[in-house]
Amino acid sequence: MSRSIVTEYQTVDAVKGPLIFVRGIKGVSYGEMATIVTGPERSMLGQVIEISDKFAALQVFGPTRGISPATAVVRFHGEPIEMSLSPLILGRMFRGDGAPMDGAPPLIPAHRRDVSGSAINPVQRELPRDFMMTGVSAIDGLNTLARGQKLPIFSGAGLPSNELANLIINNAGLANQGLAGQGLAGQGLAGQTGKFALVFAGMGITGREADYFYNSFHQSGAIEHSVVFMNLAGDPVIERFITPRLALTAAEYLAFDLDYHVLVVLTDMTNYCNALREISSAREEIPGRRGYPGYMYTDLAGLYERAGRIRGKPGSITQLPILTMPDDDITHPIADLTGYITEGQIVLDRDLNRKGVFPPINALPSLSRLMDHAIGAKSTREDHRQLADQLYMLYARGVEQRRVASIIGEEGLTEEDRGYVRFADRFEKDFIHQGESRRDMEQTLAAGWALLEGIEDRDLVRVSRDMINKYRPQRGDDELDKDKQA
Amino acid sequence: MSQRITRVAGPAAQACDMASSFMGEVVKLGAMGLIGEVIRIEGDIATIQVYEDTTGLMPGDPVERSGEEFSVELGPGLLGSIFDGVQRPLQALASGWGNFISRGAQIPRLDRSAKWEFQPKVTLGQMVNGGAELGHVRETELINHKIMVPHGVSGEVAKVFAGARTIAQPVAELADGTPLYMRQKWNIRKPRPVGKRLPSTRPLVTGQRVIDSLFPIALGGAGIIPGGFGSGKTVLEQTIAKHSEARIIVYIGCGERGNEMADTLEQLRELSDPATGRPLMERTILIANTSNMPVAAREASIYTGVTIAEYYRDMGYDVVALADSSSRWAEALREISSRMEEIPGEEGYPTYLAGRLGAFYERAGKVAVAGRPEESGSLTIIGAVSPPGGDFSEPVTQASLRMASTFWGLDSQLAYQRHFPAINWRTSFSLTHRAMSRWFTENVGEKWPEMIAKTQAILQREEELEEIAQIVGADSMEERERSALEAGRIIREGYLRQSAVHPVDVCCPLPRQLKTLETILGFIAAMDAAVGRGALLEDIITSPLVERLLRLKEAPPEGLDSLIESLREEYKTFFDSLEEK
Ligand SMILES: Nc1ncnc2c1ncn2[C@@H]1O[C@H](COP(=O)(O)OP(=O)(O)O)[C@@H](O)[C@H]1O
Ligand SMILES: [Mg+2]
Repeated sequence: MSRSIVTEYQTVDAVKGPLIFVRGIKGVSYGEMATIVTGPERSMLGQVIEISDKFAALQVFGPTRGISPATAVVRFHGEPIEMSLSPLILGRMFRGDGAPMDGAPPLIPAHRRDVSGSAINPVQRELPRDFMMTGVSAIDGLNTLARGQKLPIFSGAGLPSNELANLIINNAGLANQGLAGQGLAGQGLAGQTGKFALVFAGMGITGREADYFYNSFHQSGAIEHSVVFMNLAGDPVIERFITPRLALTAAEYLAFDLDYHVLVVLTDMTNYCNALREISSAREEIPGRRGYPGYMYTDLAGLYERAGRIRGKPGSITQLPILTMPDDDITHPIADLTGYITEGQIVLDRDLNRKGVFPPINALPSLSRLMDHAIGAKSTREDHRQLADQLYMLYARGVEQRRVASIIGEEGLTEEDRGYVRFADRFEKDFIHQGESRRDMEQTLAAGWALLEGIEDRDLVRVSRDMINKYRPQRGDDELDKDKQA
Repeated sequence: MSQRITRVAGPAAQACDMASSFMGEVVKLGAMGLIGEVIRIEGDIATIQVYEDTTGLMPGDPVERSGEEFSVELGPGLLGSIFDGVQRPLQALASGWGNFISRGAQIPRLDRSAKWEFQPKVTLGQMVNGGAELGHVRETELINHKIMVPHGVSGEVAKVFAGARTIAQPVAELADGTPLYMRQKWNIRKPRPVGKRLPSTRPLVTGQRVIDSLFPIALGGAGIIPGGFGSGKTVLEQTIAKHSEARIIVYIGCGERGNEMADTLEQLRELSDPATGRPLMERTILIANTSNMPVAAREASIYTGVTIAEYYRDMGYDVVALADSSSRWAEALREISSRMEEIPGEEGYPTYLAGRLGAFYERAGKVAVAGRPEESGSLTIIGAVSPPGGDFSEPVTQASLRMASTFWGLDSQLAYQRHFPAINWRTSFSLTHRAMSRWFTENVGEKWPEMIAKTQAILQREEELEEIAQIVGADSMEERERSALEAGRIIREGYLRQSAVHPVDVCCPLPRQLKTLETILGFIAAMDAAVGRGALLEDIITSPLVERLLRLKEAPPEGLDSLIESLREEYKTFFDSLEEK
């Protein structure tokens, strides 16, 4: 496949949006990379996305605006897009196309890898089972994250997804330094130890957002064990197509060659998907829903499925993609297809944000599909699942009654139903809301049980009697105390 | 001239000099020998659907024709295995090629070296036709594998080779010298022949209360499970794979998550068949073509799975094929179609989408097997559907709906409330429920149909009252009406809701469904009567009896009867005591 001679053509036929068409080529293969030279000192990368005996179509990872068919030279590399890897990649910062942006020279490669990666053979996958502490009750308590999971944050314009991501990054890092992450039963610690690395891919994010993360990585010291790729809002849109692939290739190297537990933050996937849409419309493909290409599911799966664990390997790749739901619409194709691929989702909510709840996580549509594997007596605590189910049930009912009350007025509710509404209020204020503080597992579970104080037995059908007796704060005790004081 | 690639676009390639090829022919592309199938021929140009990643292919690369149709290999060694969408054994692929799926791996589909103890049934001189049973091998502790004469072959048996054989050695020979092997091939896109279609009057018992009681699926039926992400499609498919009373399970992971396949495999290896104690994997075949594996192989995966399923049906077994998710198959079809530049129909899907889906679900059925009219087998197909945005009006859901005899509509709102299985009891249906009612009366209980009607009535009434409550407020409702609302709640919480993770609740056999529902309905009737006589609902619902009733489903099977007994007695006493107040 790869040739020693680079083939060069000056036969650009057409330039259309992010695509160029080259005529009369020979010996060029599907998926191969090319450099498009558009002037002295000016060149950009492209990739063959269709090839026939007559022409090659390339998607160009830079602005095609200045390209002239008369002068452009296309140099085919004879291999797909590859990147250089070495242990020295930790601590480095790159642009969205992989060029260094920290002033240091390019990496001296110990390996070169195709950035599109390959699918992990399903039989070689090790199921993520190690509880990964985030310090956030709404996640640890209700939608527990496991090492090797892909769990996106569904955000909306102006909602604090970056702050939440930052909180999680810092806690994941802390756990590594042995300062936190004490699994309650002790043995769950397997996933909390080992080497930790952060891979960050910014796609179309603003300079302000980039600065926010950059400063925070510096402050926490995370920068030393991270690899950063930044495609900013002003950078070429199509470059976003490779940015996450570079990041995930680096992550795979760190996790499966060097045994790191890698946390990959991909933000903002909405910008990535919009780049896909742009390529697709330039190719005049039949658009799918809302103009996004029909293969977007497959394309996104090619990124998200690169999270996980492999049998016999100590490392892991945990993914935390962040996306902005246009119009806060969870059925928008970007959120929808993501939710269909990832192992759950953490959904941020505008109303909660308005009420000052931080992090404003709406528990109801949020989900961690790997929670059951990661929790329980052996890693968190025996009552964890039951408690989460119970809180869900009561909160769902409270939210429902709140909705009814908004139609018929509070007076129309029965006393019992009003109780559910009060529960929902307390749940948001005392459990979901935690401000900047972090809670360990014990505190999270205690906060949950505290909410169940005073709830009628007939509503406590998702926690067993034993668990109630063991973990629910004894109202009697408090009252006795008060009585004594009185 | 020779066959050469002329064009590559994603999973589709074109080659020239292919006029003598035929639709469905297997070809190998490029130096790596990537596998593909001819899906269109125009003049001397063939379009090929490529089952492996096409990166690196280029115009001018050689195309090698095989002269054979794309088919699966059928024979002992299927059970307990996990294959990709074009039947490459993933375990062997991992041993030979490492942790990642690699391309161009030439690998036999079934183990050529394993020996099977062949026990003949035919005798020398016997005339046999396609479908006749030559004998069997014990494929796993759970399943005898019948060795059948391939369709299209017939003659007089001249030799029989009993004893330990591999699938590469003949087990019999016909008088004309035709050797018969334990393996045969079958084109995945062609349904295997059947003797006769039979009416289906028995349910596939799944152990899921909401299904078996309200929306049962017939053995040989076609069921669909549409639902947005997180509504519980996969868990339901997995639960059926684990706990349903099928003899053979073919689980097709079509374009979904890698971890789910690893999970399914692990669970089926660990869980044992209640009757024999053997691992459930011994009755199961997994097809895993995850979302990041080649999209053309994803398109093939459901056919690979269903063909294997038909093969076991032909042995006379009740087989269940589970496909998760049929929507990913449809999307693969759409992608290939768009690369072929076909004129798109609704939402970009090819116009033949509904036809293909129909043909797929038509492969379900209860049949007298071909060649052995006295024997019957069944194939039940259950497909998950993943509608974009959870909107059931989209083409794949709609086309599937027309084919399905059973529809379990999953509801995101129920899932948000963690009410699982999130099967919406208002919209779901079973078209074959009536046809099976006789079976239920005879095998579950005389009163069963009446109890089910009562349950449905309670849910219906609850829904009506809830609508009213949303207008006037529950506070201003009559005591009787509030009691009816409470009845609905008890049915939902205490009966319909079923946890896939609770060790007892995960599977509820039919006799237990009967007992549980009887107890619950008894309580509801007594509650209704008491309220009718003036008892306060408040006094009833605050009683610890309600909580115990709701937890009945979780009680261990040992001592269940006496628990029910005492519960009934207690609530009788309780309602009597209310009377006296
Ligand atoms: N019967 C059930 N019991 C308990 N939890 C369930 C059940 N069904 C689904 N769930 C929960 O819902 C989550 C999503 O279910 P899943 O089947 O993966 O959804 P889908 O395939 O529709 O996206 C699961 O991870 C699990 O937490
Ligand atoms: Mg699923």
